[in-house]
Amino acid sequence: MSRLLSVRGLTVGFGRGDTAKTVVHGIDFDLSPGETLAIVGESGSGKSVTALSINRLIDDGGGRILGGRMEFTTARGEVVDLVSATDRRMEKIRGSEIGMIFQEPMTSLNPVMTIGRQIEETFRLQQGLGHAAARLEALNALERVRIADAERRLGYYPHQLSGGMLQRVMIAMALAANPRLLIADEPTTALDVSVQAQIMALLAELRRETGTGMIFITHDMGLVAGIADRVMVMNGGRVVEQGTLDDIFDRPQHPYTRHLLQAVPHFSHGRHVRRDVSPGGRALVRPALKVEGLTVRFPATTGLLRRPAGAIHAVEGVGFELMPGETLAIVGESGSGKSTTARALLGLVKASRGSFSLHAGDEIPRRKPIQMVFQNPYASLNPRLDVESLLAEPVLAGGVRPDGDTRKRMMSLLERVGLPSDSLRRYPHEFSGGQRQRLCIARALMVDPSVLVLDEAVSALDVSVQARVLDLLIDLQNDLKLAYLFVSHDMAVVERIAHRIAVLYAGQIVEIGRADAVLSNPRHDYTRRLIAAVPTTDRRRDVFRLQTEAVPSLLRPRGYEPPEAVWAVCGEDHQVLVEQRAMMGEAR
Amino acid sequence: MSRFLTRLLGHSSGRIGGVIVLAYILIALAAQAGLTPYDPLQQFRIDRLQGPSMAHWMGTDMFGRDVLSRLMIGIGQSFLVAFSSVGIAALIGTLLGLTAAWFGHLWDGLVMRLMDVLLAFPAILLALLFIAVVGPGTFTSILAIAFVYAPIFTRVVRGPALSLKARDFVDAARTFGSSTSYILTRHLMLNLVAPLTVQVTLALAWSLLTESGLSFLGLGTQPPGSSLGLMLSDSVNLMEMAPWLLVFPGLAIMLGILGFNLLGDALRDILDPRSRRAVA
Repeated sequence: MSRLLSVRGLTVGFGRGDTAKTVVHGIDFDLSPGETLAIVGESGSGKSVTALSINRLIDDGGGRILGGRMEFTTARGEVVDLVSATDRRMEKIRGSEIGMIFQEPMTSLNPVMTIGRQIEETFRLQQGLGHAAARLEALNALERVRIADAERRLGYYPHQLSGGMLQRVMIAMALAANPRLLIADEPTTALDVSVQAQIMALLAELRRETGTGMIFITHDMGLVAGIADRVMVMNGGRVVEQGTLDDIFDRPQHPYTRHLLQAVPHFSHGRHVRRDVSPGGRALVRPALKVEGLTVRFPATTGLLRRPAGAIHAVEGVGFELMPGETLAIVGESGSGKSTTARALLGLVKASRGSFSLHAGDEIPRRKPIQMVFQNPYASLNPRLDVESLLAEPVLAGGVRPDGDTRKRMMSLLERVGLPSDSLRRYPHEFSGGQRQRLCIARALMVDPSVLVLDEAVSALDVSVQARVLDLLIDLQNDLKLAYLFVSHDMAVVERIAHRIAVLYAGQIVEIGRADAVLSNPRHDYTRRLIAAVPTTDRRRDVFRLQTEAVPSLLRPRGYEPPEAVWAVCGEDHQVLVEQRAMMGEAR
Repeated sequence: MSRFLTRLLGHSSGRIGGVIVLAYILIALAAQAGLTPYDPLQQFRIDRLQGPSMAHWMGTDMFGRDVLSRLMIGIGQSFLVAFSSVGIAALIGTLLGLTAAWFGHLWDGLVMRLMDVLLAFPAILLALLFIAVVGPGTFTSILAIAFVYAPIFTRVVRGPALSLKARDFVDAARTFGSSTSYILTRHLMLNLVAPLTVQVTLALAWSLLTESGLSFLGLGTQPPGSSLGLMLSDSVNLMEMAPWLLVFPGLAIMLGILGFNLLGDALRDILDPRSRRAVA
């Protein structure tokens, strides 16, 4: 069988003259029709640049292909060198021969056009169809990507659809002209785990149906396992290793590949949870944080006159206890209320009801017992302040003038989180993402808190960096007897750091208990779904199941009060919410 | 700071604009220090309406006063008005814009609708209205121009302040319990310095023009003082007889505005991180 794409010595650079920098250094690979090649690497490895070079979109991004050949076999059997093809030729090839899906479906669609018109446009441009025919094709395309109620959805604008739906629309558009090659650049990174699983399932199904060759770019080794035939590992613009899926996973040759595989948090259904806090001692100590019936509601209005229409019940009756030195993970998908819970504890949103009390420990009077680390280390540090000012802020906020002791504390904390001692005079942009997150952790520890809220604190980091930051967090916890409230959507990360887990669904805790119990023996349907959606290297060739169930709306009519929660105890320190018929009826 | 200067001098319009503005400031300071060729009020009766010559480089006006000396004083006067009015406008506008963005709700609506109303009038008309109420004079024209340009600063500050307010580092500051004034000055203002600097430079150009316009209409600086607009209005009837009386102050106004505009454009290129790459 002839090759679909054959790349030899591809070299790509940015800039000209003195500032020119080569980012991809002569890479080779082949792709047969219908085959899926996964390109794996961390940020800066050149994987996305490689993908953008294949359909020559790199020309618009300021880059240049400096050398090499990319021979692509078109549907008619011609062989085209994509490196030297004219722009006109490339326009024909893009879309009709090579489709592309990007990371952010929200920004890849035009917000002022209905999705129907955008899909029709692809058909009209690429196949010269008339209006009615294009509309019919658009409808078919939406049905092909399993969007229920496709006819009505054609008239929707992008903001009316969820991220997962939009990514399906993007896939529908990329597949509109039956391309022979589909390039997917981190297509699920911006999505929730269970949505991610569905997109992966869809891609796998479509691949079986259409026989499209696919280049799948990702930083997540776990995802690769479910979809790829062959894997290519990149680092620093070079291919360090390529081979079949089994070769890479079972017999990795290169140390970097092994490093990547090790860094991936392996999810093992609760077999590897932390056991460094004895569950028996819980009754003896006072909790560092005790939350009871925490409820956050946002008023919702309707129409021009802004009549109150009810309220969004973002968090409903959440309660838990957090012991010193213990990690409670709050897991759930976007919209489940996990971040809102965290923000309510810090006073960033106002709780409508409920109470929480902080107990700071008896020895020293603490200044500020609860602190938070945010998800995005690039956004949570003021770019115009140097590290010394950044670290001084929590101290200043406590009404204390920074003095020599403060400086000493800064130095020791910087050392503790593994940052160079000359950091004080530097600015945030001089640090990498992982270093910035360490800086955020040091800043939160400046006032010696007893509870640290970590809101997706490692989600924005590369896997290997993520692993090191997690190790740091665990060390700090053991040394300082910190209590962590660890908000995350990533079950594998949660398994590494949590002692206890609370699963949040539609604003309510549906299951709470010891980490090993919840992960190995999930009792609630939703917990099971979350766990089933986790991509892992162990689940090679597992077929992801497609689901079309949507998260219920949290909008409730005025005056609505949820029924009293009823808990079923299923083992020592493991409780599950008993679903009530009335509530389920409401949700549907 | 030195890196900033290097970049400004490396920018072609920044270089030209900077030199012009610097030259004007030096001239104004020299005039203030009494370094004019003649006393600007001294009347050489015999030499009335003389064209440019070695003795009087820019000629003399209808009272026989030296045009160059009056021009130097006039530049000083115009710059005084421009700088102080823009300073006041920036101060008031920033305060209003910042608090509107931060407190939101009713205060935001109140401030911004008021600014919308003020922006609906042409600048010079609004200044005229203000002076009609308060009475003419240098000090009034400073207030009038400040009053006219404050809404622009309010808008320039409010937009970025709103987006900064939603950034994580502001949330982080709130979780530390930082005071509102600390957040406003350290987190918001520090990040607003760049857009404000650009806006101040550009507003200086407009306010120079507005000041000239007001003085031309006799509402700004009063005789026997001197300002660029006043020199124009004094000599407009003698245009055919003594064109130099118009040409020099006119050129002075034009060059000054050009200088500020070039400098403002350069600052925008240098300080805006989005266009930083284009410059480099």
